Amino acid sequence: MATIKVHGHHLSTATSLVLCCLEEKQVDYELLVVDLAAGAHKKPQYLALNPFGVVPTIQDGDLTLFESRGILKYLAKKYKGQGTELYGNSLSEEALVEQWCEVEGQSYNSPASAILFQILFVPMRGGTTDEAVVEMNVEKLVKVLDIYEERLSKSKYLAGDFFSLADLQHLPTTHYLVTACGKGDLISSRKHVKAWWEDISCRPAWKKVSEKSS
Amino acid sequence: MAKIKVHGLPFSSCTARVLACLNEKQVEYELIPVNARAGDHKKPQYLSLNPFGLFPALEDGCLTLFESRAIIKYLAKKYEGQGCPNLLGSTVEEEAVVEQWCEVESHHFNPPCYALVSQIIINPLKGGTTDEAVVESNAEKLSRVLDVYEDRLSKSKYLAGDWFSLADLQHMPFLHYLVNDVGKATLISSRKHVNAWWEDISSRPAWKKIAVHMKFPSK
Repeated sequence: MATIKVHGHHLSTATSLVLCCLEEKQVDYELLVVDLAAGAHKKPQYLALNPFGVVPTIQDGDLTLFESRGILKYLAKKYKGQGTELYGNSLSEEALVEQWCEVEGQSYNSPASAILFQILFVPMRGGTTDEAVVEMNVEKLVKVLDIYEERLSKSKYLAGDFFSLADLQHLPTTHYLVTACGKGDLISSRKHVKAWWEDISCRPAWKKVSEKSS
Repeated sequence: MAKIKVHGLPFSSCTARVLACLNEKQVEYELIPVNARAGDHKKPQYLSLNPFGLFPALEDGCLTLFESRAIIKYLAKKYEGQGCPNLLGSTVEEEAVVEQWCEVESHHFNPPCYALVSQIIINPLKGGTTDEAVVESNAEKLSRVLDVYEDRLSKSKYLAGDWFSLADLQHMPFLHYLVNDVGKATLISSRKHVNAWWEDISSRPAWKKIAVHMKFPSK
């Protein structure tokens, strides 16, 4: 069986999601680095794989897939029975995994990514961090984390008492918030969120991926 | 078996998404309106169903779910044997392509659409104004996304392949608003394959039953 090819970049949170999932599922893969600085993701060769010109894209034999959160679900289903189970074990568990994956995608990701963008990426491109934008997004994220605190006071992980894609989906963005943006207090000030973060960020699969993305 | 309960409002895009799926799967349900004007969606009773205070929330026996895009996947799987078949495809690979285009809707299509509806419909309803610069920049973003759709739909009747799936269904509420309520119908009608796709999916009986109720309240 051909090794899965991942077209992406170590610094991309979306690429890191896919690599972490592959590690959790113990699936062999090859990372083909897309030279983002040179604009390779906007050139015809890459657009033929992913017409939206963003990373990552995977190739698994004849199947080409983009959108990291969709890729995670494909991997979790295709490799069920191997590595870590990431999608629950019943229809209702799957539904709760999907629900909290959507919460990450719709409510957590936007403010968290906006904070990362202002603090990390804007200065890298020679601009100045807009503190008002940071503050506005911190306020949004605080409201989401308060709900997580309540949820995680009743449940070890987001979808239930099992680690799943819903937790995994939070790893790369939260890692940067805590280690590179000085926003660790958002996590550490919430007892159950803190315990959850310490648990999931210590997983060997994540440690292997995050060491390469630092 | 107790009927499924959907807490929401018929003109809410996310409620409509769930109702459309229930109709496609021919599942009986009860729509329980939430009094948004009275702020009921931010009160403890509703927050116990959906802690984010957003529409909709679904109750199916002991299971309570929120996030419309997750709810429709649950319904498609639970009711696989009835109503419209293969909403999630019939193989792991087909399901992956459905998921991919569902994520495209979520992260590329929805944000500029949501911004247009907020600026053009919601702000004035709340006594605010429309920021034309925000409208223009989001119409431009949406155009770029629809160019990709035009290319895709020139090769494939529906987004995931030659069958109607959740990926197409997920788009329907905001496509409806674009065409009917925010004055951006030309974004669709000017693209031959996108237009044909919209005309096809919007004529589905399961959708037409929902669309008649998708009218924003007046001030």
